[in-house]
Amino acid sequence: MSSGLVNIAYLVAASLFILGLKGLTHPRTAVRGNLLGALGMLLAVVITLLDQSIVGYGIILAGIVVGGGIGAVLSVRIKMTDMPQLVAIFNGFGGLASILVAGAALLEVAVLTGTSSAIVLNTQFSLSIFASGLIGAVTFWGSLVAFGKLQGLTNDGSVRYPGDQIVKVVLTIVILVLGYMMVIYPDSSTPYWLMVIFASVLGILFVIPIGGADMPVVVALLNSFSGLAAAATGFVLFNTVLIVAGTLVGASGIILTIIMCKAMNRSLANVLFGTFTVTEGGPSADEVYGGKVKSTSAEEVAMLLEGAKRVCIVPGYGMAVAQAQHAVRELFDLLEGHGTIVEFGVHPVAGRMPGHMNVLLAEADIPYERLKDMDEINPSFKQIDVTIVIGANDVVNSVARTDPDSPIAGMPILDVDYSKTVVVIKRSLSPGFAGIPNPLFAADNALMFFGDGKKAVEEIVKCLKEELG
Amino acid sequence: MDSFAMVFTIFVLAAFIGFEVIAKVPPTLHTPLMSGSNAISGIILIGAILSAGAQHTWLTAGLGFVAVVLATINVVGGFMVTNRMLEMFKRKD
Repeated sequence: MSSGLVNIAYLVAASLFILGLKGLTHPRTAVRGNLLGALGMLLAVVITLLDQSIVGYGIILAGIVVGGGIGAVLSVRIKMTDMPQLVAIFNGFGGLASILVAGAALLEVAVLTGTSSAIVLNTQFSLSIFASGLIGAVTFWGSLVAFGKLQGLTNDGSVRYPGDQIVKVVLTIVILVLGYMMVIYPDSSTPYWLMVIFASVLGILFVIPIGGADMPVVVALLNSFSGLAAAATGFVLFNTVLIVAGTLVGASGIILTIIMCKAMNRSLANVLFGTFTVTEGGPSADEVYGGKVKSTSAEEVAMLLEGAKRVCIVPGYGMAVAQAQHAVRELFDLLEGHGTIVEFGVHPVAGRMPGHMNVLLAEADIPYERLKDMDEINPSFKQIDVTIVIGANDVVNSVARTDPDSPIAGMPILDVDYSKTVVVIKRSLSPGFAGIPNPLFAADNALMFFGDGKKAVEEIVKCLKEELG
Repeated sequence: MDSFAMVFTIFVLAAFIGFEVIAKVPPTLHTPLMSGSNAISGIILIGAILSAGAQHTWLTAGLGFVAVVLATINVVGGFMVTNRMLEMFKRKD
C-alpha cells in the first residue's frame, strides 16, 4: 500500500478520535463517541498491519491476543470504586510502551544506517527519542506509585525527606546531560537506557511526596503525560496519527489538571512541589465545637425528610469507602416516590479522580440530570430544605469563605450551610485532609449523624419507610 | 516546508483542537473521558506493531512484543471500560 493512502487512512483515524471525544460532551452521544474512537483505532491498526516493512505477523498477533485478553478481563472485572487505580495503571502502561518503542527505533537505526529507512539520524530524531523515554519513564514509574497509593499498597500520605527538591534538581541535570550525549552519539543506545533509569527514579520521587487527597491532580497529569509520550514517539517515527492522538490526550489531561487545581484553589506547582501547610494559629477543635454540636438519629432525619420539598445529597470520598451509593439510591427512590425533588451536589475534587462520584452514582442508577456540579447547585442551596452530606468534609467547610488565613482560604466550596437544615453523616468529628475543624458541624442549622455512611443511610431509609407507611 | 516544521505544525494544531473539544466535556463525564483518552493514547500500538513486525533484530522484536501487549491492554481495556461506564449514564426508561 502506498504511503499516501496510509497517511489518508491515518487522517481518517485521527478525525474519528476527534469526533469520538466530541461525542463525550454529552451523556446521550457519549456511547457512540467512544465507539467512533474505537473504530478509528481499529482502522489505524489494520492499515499499519499492511505496511510493507512488516515481515512477520506472529509476534504482533501474539501480543495483541495477550494484551487484548488482559485488557478485556480488567475492564469487565474492575469495580467502579477502583476506577482511579485502573486509569493510573493504564497511564503507566502507555508510558512504558513509549519507552520501548523509542528504544527499539534507536536500535533499528544502528542496524539500518545506510539503508533506505524512513528514519533519518539527526538532532531532531535524537531529541524525539529523548522526549519519549523521559516522559515515558516518568509516566510509568509515577503511575505505579500513584497506583500503589490508591490501592493502599503504600503509604498514601505525603512522603517527604530533607533536600528532596535538591535531589530532583540533580537528577534533572543528569538527565539533561545524558540527553546531550544522545545528540552527540546518535547511534549509541547506552545514554538512552541510562537516561531512562534516571528518569524512572525522577518519576518515583515526583509522586511520593503527593498526598492521597491530591491524587485527582496527579492522575490527570499522568494521563496527559501518557499522551505526550505517545506524541513524542510520533515525532520519532514521523507518524501523524501518533502525534495527533497523543496530543489530544495530552490536552485532555492538562485541562482536567487545571480544573482540579482550580477546584482546590492551588497552583499546580503548589500541589507538586509545595507543602500543604497546616496552620497552627487557627481555632482549635474544642473552640469550634465546644458544646455546640448537635447529634441526631435516623428517626429525626426521616421526619425532616418527610416534610422536605427539596433535598440535596452531597457525596464525598467517604461515601465510596463505605460503599453507600446503593443505599443512597434507595433513599433517592423513596423520596422521589413521595414527590420530593432530590439533587446531588458534586464537588469537582470529591473522590480520587475527576468525575469519580458521578460514575459511582450512575452505577447506582441515579439519572445523570440529577447530578449537579458545584456552580449549578450553589445558587439553589437557599431553597433547599434538607442537605445530607455523606463522607465529605473540607469541600463543605465554610472557613474557606470566611477566614483568609486558613489553609483552604479561597477554595470554592459547596455552600451547604445556606440550606435550611444540614445533616452530616460522618464517623466522628475528625478533620479532613486540611487538618482543620469545620464550623459547619457546630452551626445552628446542622445536625451530626455519627456512623458508617452505608449503615446510616440504610437506617434512615428504614425509618422513612415506616413514616411514609 | 521541512519535515520537522510539518509534523510540529500538526502537533500544535492538534493541541488547539484538543483544548477546544475537551473543554466542553461536562464534569459528570470526566472519569469516562480519562479512561477513553487512555484508550486513545494506546495509539502507541501503531509504533509497537512497526517495531515488532520489522524484526530487524531479536531485541527490537522483543521490545516490540512487550510494547504491543501493553498498548493493546490500554486500547481494549480502555475502550471497553469506558463503554461500560457510559452505558450506566444512559437514560433508563
